[in-house]
Amino acid sequence: MGRTDLLSLMPQIILPAGAMVLLLSIAVRRNHLFTAVTAILFVLASFISLFFHTDPNEISGIFIRDGFSMFFSGLILVITFFIMLISISYIRNRAEDIEEYYILIMLAALGSTVLVSSRHFITFFLGLELLSTSLYVLIAFLKDREHSIEAGIKYLIVAAVSSSFLLFGMALIYSGSGSMYFPELVSYFRSAGINIIGLAGIAFMMGGIGFKLALVPFHLWTPDVYEGAPAPVSAFVATVSKAGMFAFFLRFVYESEMLQLDSFLLFITIIAVLSMFTGNLMALREQNVKKILAYSSIAHLGYLLIAMLVGDQSGEHAFAFYLVVYSLTITGAFAVVSFLSEIDGDASSLEHYKGIFWSRPGIAIAFSVMLFSLAGIPLTAGFMSKFYLFLVGVGSELWLLSIALVLTSIIGLFYYLRIIVVMFTKVESPEKTSPVGLLYGFVFAGITIILLGVGIYPELLNRLINYF
Amino acid sequence: MILVWIPGILMFSGLISWVAGRWHKEAPRWIALAALLVTSVLLIIIWLQSRTLTDLSTYHQWFLEFNRQWIPSFGIRFHLAMDGLSLLLLLLTNLLGILSVLISWKEIEHRAGFFHFNILFILAGISGVFLAEDLFLFYFFWEVMLIPMYFLIAIWGHENRVYASYKFFLFTQGGGLLMLLSILGLYFHHAGVTGVYTFDITELVKHASSATWAGLFMAGFLIAFGVKIPAIPVHSWLPDAHTEAPTAGSIILAGLMLKTGVYGLIRIVIPLFPELSLSIAPFAMAVGVAGVLYGAKLAFAQTDLKRLVAYTSVSHMGFIIIGIYAFNGIAFRGAVMQMIAHALSTGGLFVVAGIVQERLHTRKLKNLGGLWDDMPGLGGFSLVFVMASLGLPALANFVAEFMILLGTYLSNPLWGVLASLGLIVSVIYALRIMQKVFYGPKLKAYKTHDINIREVVILSALLIPVVYFGISPSPVFRTLATPVNTEIFLKQEKENSGKLSQKNNFIMQPVNKPLPVPQTTVEPNVLPTAGKEVDHGQD
Repeated sequence: MGRTDLLSLMPQIILPAGAMVLLLSIAVRRNHLFTAVTAILFVLASFISLFFHTDPNEISGIFIRDGFSMFFSGLILVITFFIMLISISYIRNRAEDIEEYYILIMLAALGSTVLVSSRHFITFFLGLELLSTSLYVLIAFLKDREHSIEAGIKYLIVAAVSSSFLLFGMALIYSGSGSMYFPELVSYFRSAGINIIGLAGIAFMMGGIGFKLALVPFHLWTPDVYEGAPAPVSAFVATVSKAGMFAFFLRFVYESEMLQLDSFLLFITIIAVLSMFTGNLMALREQNVKKILAYSSIAHLGYLLIAMLVGDQSGEHAFAFYLVVYSLTITGAFAVVSFLSEIDGDASSLEHYKGIFWSRPGIAIAFSVMLFSLAGIPLTAGFMSKFYLFLVGVGSELWLLSIALVLTSIIGLFYYLRIIVVMFTKVESPEKTSPVGLLYGFVFAGITIILLGVGIYPELLNRLINYF
Repeated sequence: MILVWIPGILMFSGLISWVAGRWHKEAPRWIALAALLVTSVLLIIIWLQSRTLTDLSTYHQWFLEFNRQWIPSFGIRFHLAMDGLSLLLLLLTNLLGILSVLISWKEIEHRAGFFHFNILFILAGISGVFLAEDLFLFYFFWEVMLIPMYFLIAIWGHENRVYASYKFFLFTQGGGLLMLLSILGLYFHHAGVTGVYTFDITELVKHASSATWAGLFMAGFLIAFGVKIPAIPVHSWLPDAHTEAPTAGSIILAGLMLKTGVYGLIRIVIPLFPELSLSIAPFAMAVGVAGVLYGAKLAFAQTDLKRLVAYTSVSHMGFIIIGIYAFNGIAFRGAVMQMIAHALSTGGLFVVAGIVQERLHTRKLKNLGGLWDDMPGLGGFSLVFVMASLGLPALANFVAEFMILLGTYLSNPLWGVLASLGLIVSVIYALRIMQKVFYGPKLKAYKTHDINIREVVILSALLIPVVYFGISPSPVFRTLATPVNTEIFLKQEKENSGKLSQKNNFIMQPVNKPLPVPQTTVEPNVLPTAGKEVDHGQD
């Protein structure tokens, strides 16, 4: 392994190194602030080290560093950074022995960056397990809470089952093709050589991936897990874990040219339409804000499948654009939830949001911008990303999906608007509030400004994506 | 560049006034007022310059234009352009904007900073819509005015505001999304034909009507604009929104936001789909006539003063639809006049309703009556606005409705005759306002005071143009200069004016006189041949 290999593996080396350092420091003495700051510094260092080596580089045929993996690793690390910032004041008062939380977050982020850098089933599975195992613990981290353990167990079972699905699917594909390296699967998927075993392999893999991404009909765990997990962890599940998985999925599909298979196309189309409709329709009746966000994320991942089906450069571009905006927005939304939460339970019922415009106008405006962005209303980045998606969808004549996108966007307006209406309800005597902390303030202001900036001048993000 | 300043100043000062509201209660009002005065001065300068434009060869082009790249990856440009119609509507926007700041001076105490932020953003969005020449930009501004208006109703509205704001948002957003679909359809169609990806209206015009799905595309636009205008049967958001909005919101809704729908018809639908528009003209006029009569009927049946005024809007906007789809110059000019007259007179009535509500804390007609004794000043102003609303000669609405009916009769006598029934029914509901509110027995002993100086200024600013344009409408027509350079108008006008000159061509003269009569120096394909016919008649 030469110098270039080492440099290009740097981000993935720094993160576990940080985890080691922190584990040792905990063994000596527990200190929350020290752990948090160190963890954040390591995440930043890992982010910076992405730029040490920018040329494409493939290591031992299993690990790839290219523009794609760099971009999405960067996204994952930025989101992790935001989530850590939220976590500092969130986790402080809510549990004892909280230092491990940061280590787990770092390991999960590591898993996610490995996912986006994988070009081989082995790397993929390694990254996936690293991610899931950390998440089991994180979801049940506040174990004294009511639904915490339930959510953790649910996620454990689902993740374990989906992992075994994936393994079995990969085994079946391997048995037919004799390779686990994506570019070598091209000839297998393209030729008439694919038989019922290969198709079954793909079906199993899709099942496993569908579970991880919470696409309909594999979505049933999502609302409960989001509800039971601490709000920053819900944000993590919704963004980092899904972004990593989805980026891997995109690479897998593009590099192995699976879109050549008609049955695969049909399958993804059905799943996408189902996700869009189910996500939005289920959210309509929901009164729990965390569950609304869960259903909303189901719908958004359904939209993202459109970009995948486009299958060319523009699709990849739209995908990156959408994923960035979605991740930032959902992180911001969960940051608001964390901020408004009480010690013994998260701010999940709509009651918590009643009239906050009158007591905390800044938060209400920031949350409104995020919800408008999720709903895809102009001036926000969410509109631009949805517009872009629609553009490439229509451009490659995916009519059914494009129409479903528009219809479900209209449905989506109802429930986003409902939260906003509640926030602006007039209350007689707005309660006195303490000021927003520096960390939360930074996250809210940062995300709101990015969302509005990209919404007004999307070239910023376009250029960034083109750069990679 | 000056065109960018108009929405730019409004948006920027909106942000400033929001921030300023935190340290001083009155600051946002002054900032908003100052910003609107600045943009008004800019517009008046443009208007004065436009009057000196006598070069006939340029009169069908833009006064001013601004065209830069915005999002090059999608071929989206920041293209603003102004012609006579835009200028008229922008002047109107600024006038009503200033008045809505003034009327809120005492009405809005709570969160004045955010209130003025919303007002200024709505006005910026409306100004942008009146200027945009790029369809994406148009859609962008179209949505910019939506969300602040939603907040305006939902936060500062009356009793039933949540329901009304919800309904308003969903109706307009639903329509807007359909419009977006049509815009994208046109975008891809144009790219398919020419290979150029663009949203520019001036480019899209070339191939729009050849699209296989042109009818569907047009339907998307028609629904979006129909919701805004509002046309029957998508009008049901309007009475709720108008009634529940604070007075400033009602003025902006009725005076300006409804006009954006009309503007879209004139600027987008008809130029893009001229033949299709002609073929649906009878249906569109039927919708207009239905609006005129049905709106009037519903207005008559209302028990809430603001709701009554809201339904009169449905009726008056029906006239505008008829006027546009009559496809001739007289009716078109009448429709533009009606846009202005309706904004002023209905705005005035909403101000009156706002004052009544503020003084008496009720809008129910059954609780009102005999207000003239206590408030003769308000009664006097109301009388003029009511008379304008029913189309009394010498007031602007009469000019507008008369021209619409005249033009409509020429192109389609049946709808012309039916629409003129609207003049009769409007008398019934309009007089009912005066009767129930200002005359009759006093039902309760109210302790009220008459209008103060601020309110006199507001009402006069609305009343003077109503009277002035009623007597001398030519400044409006001179600024308008021409029915927005669509050949279809000219074609239709030619046919109709042929008919006209045989019968009684003297009607044509006062209307067309201020128009520049084309000379032989102008290229022949944009010549309004109608002008020649008139010349002939004058001989």
